Amino acid sequence: MSILPQLAFVLILGVAGFILAKRIQFLRRNILLGKAETRNDQPENRWKAMLLVALGQQKMFKRLVPAFLHGLIYVGFLVINLEILEFVLDGILGTHRLFAPVLGGLYTVAINVFEFLAVAVLVSCVAFLVRRNVMKVERFTKPELKGWAALDANLILVIEIILMFAILTMNATDQILASRGDAHYLVLGPLFFSSFLQPLFEGFSTGALVAIERFAWWFHIAGILAFAVYVTYSKHLHIFLAFPNTWYSNLKPKGEMVNMPEVTQEVNMMLGIPVENPSAPPAEIGRFGAKDINDLSWVNVLNAYSCTECGRCTSECPANITGKKLSPRKIMMDVRDRAEEVGKSLDTGGPGLADGKSLLGDYISKEEINACTSCNACVEACPINIDPLSIILQMRRYVAMEESGTPAQWNAMFQNMETSFSPWKFSPSDRFNWADKLKEEEIK
Amino acid sequence: MSTYQVPTMAEMAANSQTPEVLFWVGCAGSFDDRYKAVTQAFVKILTKVGVSFAVLGPEEACTGDPARRAGNEFLFQMQAVANIQVMNGYEVKKVVTACPHCFNTIKNEYPALGGNYEVIHHSEFLQQLINEGKVALQGGGEFKGKKITFHDSCYLGRANEVYEAPREVIKALDVELVEMKRCRTKGLCCGAGGAQMFKEPEAGKKDINIERTEEALATGAQAIAVGCPFCLTMMTDGIKNKNKEAEVQVYDLAEMIAKDMGI
Repeated sequence: MSILPQLAFVLILGVAGFILAKRIQFLRRNILLGKAETRNDQPENRWKAMLLVALGQQKMFKRLVPAFLHGLIYVGFLVINLEILEFVLDGILGTHRLFAPVLGGLYTVAINVFEFLAVAVLVSCVAFLVRRNVMKVERFTKPELKGWAALDANLILVIEIILMFAILTMNATDQILASRGDAHYLVLGPLFFSSFLQPLFEGFSTGALVAIERFAWWFHIAGILAFAVYVTYSKHLHIFLAFPNTWYSNLKPKGEMVNMPEVTQEVNMMLGIPVENPSAPPAEIGRFGAKDINDLSWVNVLNAYSCTECGRCTSECPANITGKKLSPRKIMMDVRDRAEEVGKSLDTGGPGLADGKSLLGDYISKEEINACTSCNACVEACPINIDPLSIILQMRRYVAMEESGTPAQWNAMFQNMETSFSPWKFSPSDRFNWADKLKEEEIK
Repeated sequence: MSTYQVPTMAEMAANSQTPEVLFWVGCAGSFDDRYKAVTQAFVKILTKVGVSFAVLGPEEACTGDPARRAGNEFLFQMQAVANIQVMNGYEVKKVVTACPHCFNTIKNEYPALGGNYEVIHHSEFLQQLINEGKVALQGGGEFKGKKITFHDSCYLGRANEVYEAPREVIKALDVELVEMKRCRTKGLCCGAGGAQMFKEPEAGKKDINIERTEEALATGAQAIAVGCPFCLTMMTDGIKNKNKEAEVQVYDLAEMIAKDMGI
């Protein structure tokens, strides 16, 4: 028997592995363009968040229909990929269905389970294509999903459908060949789902069937490897990044804004409060708030790469619902697109962050961030705990503190607070007047 | 017959007294004509129940919440640090407030600046009083049997996961609590959070408070209960916009309890 297919297989595996490693390095570097932040506290709660939210899909169940369909694809992905191990070993060793003799009757059961899941994935992907392209579910028709984002989503679904067909075709032809007594193929127990495809192939010659079976086998394994590479260019990265993303969730109350200690020192000095280490040189303050991705935390950039653009955030955003430009999903897509742009520039010897562009201004407008009510609906809605609000608030800090560019009405509010300690223009001496009437009222 | 007393921390300290709880009134509770009624109602309840409380009176200043959300961290911290100095000076341990924004800021954001207190929202405080039997509700009055819907405030709900306390308070009034389609974790903002209270909204097809008011009206409720001064303003404006002010009222929880108590 020729060793050529084995060599070809090892070569494909090696090339895919090499490209993947390069891509992972690229993504890791891009994510770490964000500022350092340590988020390792409460490890037990972090594992719990990861188990419940990523592995357990807890937050998906806020919407039952997509949760069910997504659940089928998710379980299918996890379980069918177990078969990859056999594929890889068969490919390297030149064997066929290596595990069949070892597992005996269990092997048939396993393959039937895989086939069931393959059909379930197939049906779910078709349903998702219908939701996007026929039913036009509103959150999939927003402006930020035009072009590549829409194509990317459809490509993923179509690729998954084709890969599932490859499994079923492979099993159907494989079993016809086995029943014809071809020594290379093993007769398994009845395979429920692929048996429906068998009538399509029964008229074929043995040679043609071997060709189809081999093609389906190669197509499936090469397809999976190609898909793995494709995922690194796609919103589909969530299948891996959802796990670290939920581990690094914000575990504080959602209403809490992160303190800026560099400001506290200055405020204490202005108010005449003793400062620890007053003679120490002031800590180097790069920039107040965030103008570009390197001002954000690396967790914000990880969030952006983990986003699969489902748009649950945007569909719950009060500003977006009422027609404002703000879309939390677009904020996440913009952060990722800017990180990609800077990363590519750096890799080609370009200026990287110093390209004269920035996240705020070239990607995200002030009109968008000003429309946010900080209501946390987007944060609550995200199935993998992405926090668009954190990014919006950091950009507002930049606009207020570095540019003094907040809307005039906010500047007026600032002024009121500075002069009368209230956002409204009332005299501080009138603050306690509300009690006057009460002090004259008799207790009933 | 005696009249209501509203002791300040300064007066109490002068008499070497320490109240059990500081009632943080907030700017809306101090200056907003509509919300002053809520402040007064809450003081009446505290008095009637015999809770030892005091206010800061003229020594109180904005927590800084809207400045922080609008991006002005300097101004926020100036406000916060000054407030913390005052509260720590009086050795405040426990704070109750009728404003979810003040509640969130003092509870979650003052600790990083040296202000550590037990902070509770008045909905939780009222629930405790009801549970302890300290508030004797008549179970009748003008709300009996009426349909009432509760509007979740973002800074009480999602921000701090207080969903049930206000509902328990409403249910204690022997009313029919009806929920809006978007409630609890999915509650829709009134449109005023994140310093939006202090500027016109960006261009869009609708104002957020109108969207929320429509949802509240769709429940058929005769009253909308809220636990936040900004929500109260936004929902009241929404009801006016829909010309429904004769049919549907907007109340704060404390007002409803005080009314039921006949005070």
